Amino acid sequence: MHAKHIVVRGLTKKFGDFTAIDQLNFDVFSGEIFGFLGANGAGKTTAIKILCGLSYPSSGEVNVAGFDVYTQTEQLKMNIGYMSQKFSLYEDMTIYENIRFYGGIYGLGRKELHAKSEQLIRKFGLVNERNSLIADIPQGWKQKIAFSIAILHDPKIIFLDEPTGGVDPITRRQFWELIYEVSGNGITVFVTTHYMDEAEYCHRVSIMDEGKIVAIDTPNNLKSSFGAANMDEVFVKIARGAEK
Amino acid sequence: MKSFYGFIRKEFLHIFRDPRTLLILFGMPIAQIMIFGYVVTNEIRDIPIAILDQSKDQATREIGNKLISSGYFNLVMNLTSLDEVEPAMKRGNVKEVIVFEPDFRKKLESGIPGSVQIIADASDPNTANLIVNYTFGIMQDYMKQYQQGKPNIITPEVRMIYNEGLKGVYMFVPGTMALILMLISAMMTSISISREKELGTMEVLMVSPIKPFQIVVGKVVPYIVLSFINAVVIILLGFFVFGLPVKGSLILLLLESLLFISLALSLGILISTVSNSQMVAMFISLLGLMLPTILLSGFIYPIENMPLVLQLISNLMPPKWFIIVIKNIMIKGEGWQYIWKETLIMIGMTAFFLLVAIRKFKIRLE
Repeated sequence: MHAKHIVVRGLTKKFGDFTAIDQLNFDVFSGEIFGFLGANGAGKTTAIKILCGLSYPSSGEVNVAGFDVYTQTEQLKMNIGYMSQKFSLYEDMTIYENIRFYGGIYGLGRKELHAKSEQLIRKFGLVNERNSLIADIPQGWKQKIAFSIAILHDPKIIFLDEPTGGVDPITRRQFWELIYEVSGNGITVFVTTHYMDEAEYCHRVSIMDEGKIVAIDTPNNLKSSFGAANMDEVFVKIARGAEK
Repeated sequence: MKSFYGFIRKEFLHIFRDPRTLLILFGMPIAQIMIFGYVVTNEIRDIPIAILDQSKDQATREIGNKLISSGYFNLVMNLTSLDEVEPAMKRGNVKEVIVFEPDFRKKLESGIPGSVQIIADASDPNTANLIVNYTFGIMQDYMKQYQQGKPNIITPEVRMIYNEGLKGVYMFVPGTMALILMLISAMMTSISISREKELGTMEVLMVSPIKPFQIVVGKVVPYIVLSFINAVVIILLGFFVFGLPVKGSLILLLLESLLFISLALSLGILISTVSNSQMVAMFISLLGLMLPTILLSGFIYPIENMPLVLQLISNLMPPKWFIIVIKNIMIKGEGWQYIWKETLIMIGMTAFFLLVAIRKFKIRLE
């Protein structure tokens, strides 16, 4: 078995009387692509915030990348990456300037930044666009560049919060190729999505409902245990079950 | 620390790559000073008037000449009867009519007071008041000359100290400075912080090891620098274009400006914590800061003339205190001992806004 990159035990988060997250227990292993699903309002965002060290749990144990979320948020933040649906690049800056800025925040040196940006520009064949502003680069590329910048500092885990929202199918596919690539390099990918076909790409998925994890397994096991043809059906069955 | 410099460099890039931001930062102060300096002015000049002289003697002629040669008035029409007064006013090109009664000089000579009627267009009450006062002043001046040698009249010697020429610049430069520094510092920071929220880059910054206070300080530093440059530009413009001297200590003036800039910036941070988009931030800044600055700070309308409630509210307006301070330094040339109270109030306000802003910022993180 691989090393555990995320360990969650009895995680609960309350806002006043409202329990947003109720007794979560799960592990995520290194190099794994872990799908974190759930309807809107199921508590996904709250959970991600806690895992990223932005918010403290009300109770429970959470360890991310080997660091405790209560006491070691600083080291934790150095070892994770984050990307959301909104492009996190500055449109009025060039690729290199974005890289220099984000890399600088994580304390990367000048030489390292230069090498990394060269590598990135060549990888995506953007040699001619190296000095153009992000605003002038095609949408599909922005997503990939944003992703590459999110893992610039070699994090152990990358959190992707609905990274492919509002993106065309081809770009989504290419994006998942990138995800597989980094997972192959040993980076753990923690991804939320509303696209059930994407859920099929994950090694394992968990499905949240009303603050609880109601199912957690590989997509294939989930499909067979729910007697469903695809993840979409699994999701609908779980949602219906919750309504009853 | 290195990541912090990177952050500030990034902020400057944002500012220098956005023509609109640049325009607001550097175009607006100059434009406003020019507008307030040349357009919005309380001084009157070449006011069109008409005279209905039913006496046509030496005294009425002399008074008429005195009025016109003052430079304040421009005789556009000589009327012949009272019936012509209203039509002349209604056409709108005459702001004031002066009516001399028949036998004006004869009455004066025989010791009976001669009467003059001054009819002013009060559709613009402030201007009407001013015009009437000026006219009255000129006539009294004439009376003094006429009565020369005769005893028993009081001759007050008026001296307008601190602003001998009653120049409008003395009032509007401090006011404009407060307005611009307030607007630029508060509006621009609140917009730039809420832009990061709107674009989603704030989330990424939050997840990164950079600390929230570093984000805030990094956002604020470029605007401190630019606002300070603006303050200097306004002082220079006031001096070279409008001849407004800085009588007191320049260093004290710059330090007070810096304090006010910090105050405005802390307000800007506070605004950004309650607004999630640039639009909201801009509207709050414009409505919440610009209007009160113009209306309630004593910039244009004297606070002493306001209803008591508004006078009390005006105490909460940061620009009010800054305007008092810079007027004292620039125009009266006073030093620290006369402005320490206002300075303390501004320091208190800055501390208060910063505390609230930091609290709010933290709450949002939760």
